Amino acid sequence: MQVAQKDSSWRIYSLLAAIALLVILSFLSLDLQLSRLLSARSWELMSRFLGELLSPNLEQSFLSKVGIAALETMAMSALGTLIAACLGIGLALAASKKYKTDPARARAVARLILNALRSIPELVWAALLLISVGLGPFAGTLALALHTTGVLGRLFAESIENAPPHTAETLRVCGPSELNIFIYATLPTVIPQLISYTLYRWENNIRAAAVLGVVGGGGLGQMLAFHMGLFQMQESSTILLIMILLVMAVDGFSYWIRKVLSQ
Amino acid sequence: MSSTLLDPQLKDPAWHSRLTWFFLGVFLLIPSLVATEFRPWLFFEPQNLKVTAHFLGDFFPPNIQADFLKLIAIEAWRTIAIATAGTFLALVLAIPLTLLSTRVLSISALTGRMNRLPFIFRQGIRFLLIFLRSIPELVWALVFVRVVGLGPAAGVLAIALTYAGMLGKIYSEILESGGTEASRALMSNGAGRLQTFLYAVLPQNMAELISYTVYRWECAIRSSAVLGFVGAGGLGQQMDNSMKMFNGSEVATILLVFMTLVGLADAVSSFIRKMMA
Repeated sequence: MQVAQKDSSWRIYSLLAAIALLVILSFLSLDLQLSRLLSARSWELMSRFLGELLSPNLEQSFLSKVGIAALETMAMSALGTLIAACLGIGLALAASKKYKTDPARARAVARLILNALRSIPELVWAALLLISVGLGPFAGTLALALHTTGVLGRLFAESIENAPPHTAETLRVCGPSELNIFIYATLPTVIPQLISYTLYRWENNIRAAAVLGVVGGGGLGQMLAFHMGLFQMQESSTILLIMILLVMAVDGFSYWIRKVLSQ
Repeated sequence: MSSTLLDPQLKDPAWHSRLTWFFLGVFLLIPSLVATEFRPWLFFEPQNLKVTAHFLGDFFPPNIQADFLKLIAIEAWRTIAIATAGTFLALVLAIPLTLLSTRVLSISALTGRMNRLPFIFRQGIRFLLIFLRSIPELVWALVFVRVVGLGPAAGVLAIALTYAGMLGKIYSEILESGGTEASRALMSNGAGRLQTFLYAVLPQNMAELISYTVYRWECAIRSSAVLGFVGAGGLGQQMDNSMKMFNGSEVATILLVFMTLVGLADAVSSFIRKMMA
């Protein structure tokens, strides 16, 4: 007992030492010019920036433009999530071993595709898609869809594999096709979980969609990058405020709905 | 056909709600398709197809010239360094904010409700945390690039602020979800808040706090790779440059390095979390 405890504390100390080393090396190698950051000039810039941020442009015509961009952001996230859920369930079916003797030949390939889709962030997908379909919300929507397909596909595959097998087995001995077994036995048992994963990703995607535009993927982000690029701080500030409101509204709504559902 | 429709035994009892949901879906889908300018045929326009094919064709073989690889290795390290420095600063910010906002360390709450002034103060700190995390790190980076100029400092600050908000929130949730017997016992016997934190709350929740912080570090690596797109240094900036030049082979190398990096961070973080558990 004594020895075991000594052993684990040694491991924890070496872990802490490694972390400390990583942190120190990071700060040393980055050349952050913290002195410049804390200089009077950058404080002046920062305070001027904050001051400008507090005087948003609230003209009716501009507000309605921002409103349209916010709706675009919402539409991007919703459509991207929907496409991802459809593609994700297809890939998840290929990526899951549905019963003990299931050969699941496509499993490895499907998992590889899902991992590749997932490990590239939406923003990088958007930048890649810009080359094929040009600037605009379509590129952003597809980017969200691709990354989310990877995430949802993996989660879906796990729920399908972990679903209680009894109903599916009962049907299987009667001999319908695998697709029918999935639709009438497995799907009904896992669908609440699939829906809750999808809604959770939608919430994440609203946040992501607001930002995607910065590389040219449409919505609020594109507007923000545009006005900030021209140093139009009042307009930028309005867009930032709307973005914060949108994110807070989504957070609040999901908190509320979780509370309602858990009761 | 008509006989199956009329046969009461074969009638779908849920057809009403199915139809409603179907039309509601279509009703919402069409405006979304319009708003997102959903035009898949854009892929197949000869002009776009040519550019895409050329770009993708360039992907193989990836660029593995020694000097380019060296450049990418430096950028990959910078991505890690930005994430690590950012997470560290976030931690430094989040700890005092957590201590100030958590309900567990309230002395007035020991006997019934918390007093009004401390309550308002704690809510204020909570609101600050919400504000910090509701601005995405990319937007913070965009802001800081204006203030401190292009380079890693903007990325570090962006991660520090957003992650301070996230860490602060989760830390106080972790502290509040743990058992409060030990901390209550200490405080009702006259221990100070900091003493209570160090001797009761912290030892009780240490493993969970470390696990979550390591998980956030892993997320920070992913986001610091992306922050480069707005000029905050690291792999993203390099990828942005290569993409602007339509240099497929360079993009392919960077993507591979990026995926390896994320995989590595994932492995390290799950190893540490397993060790903590």
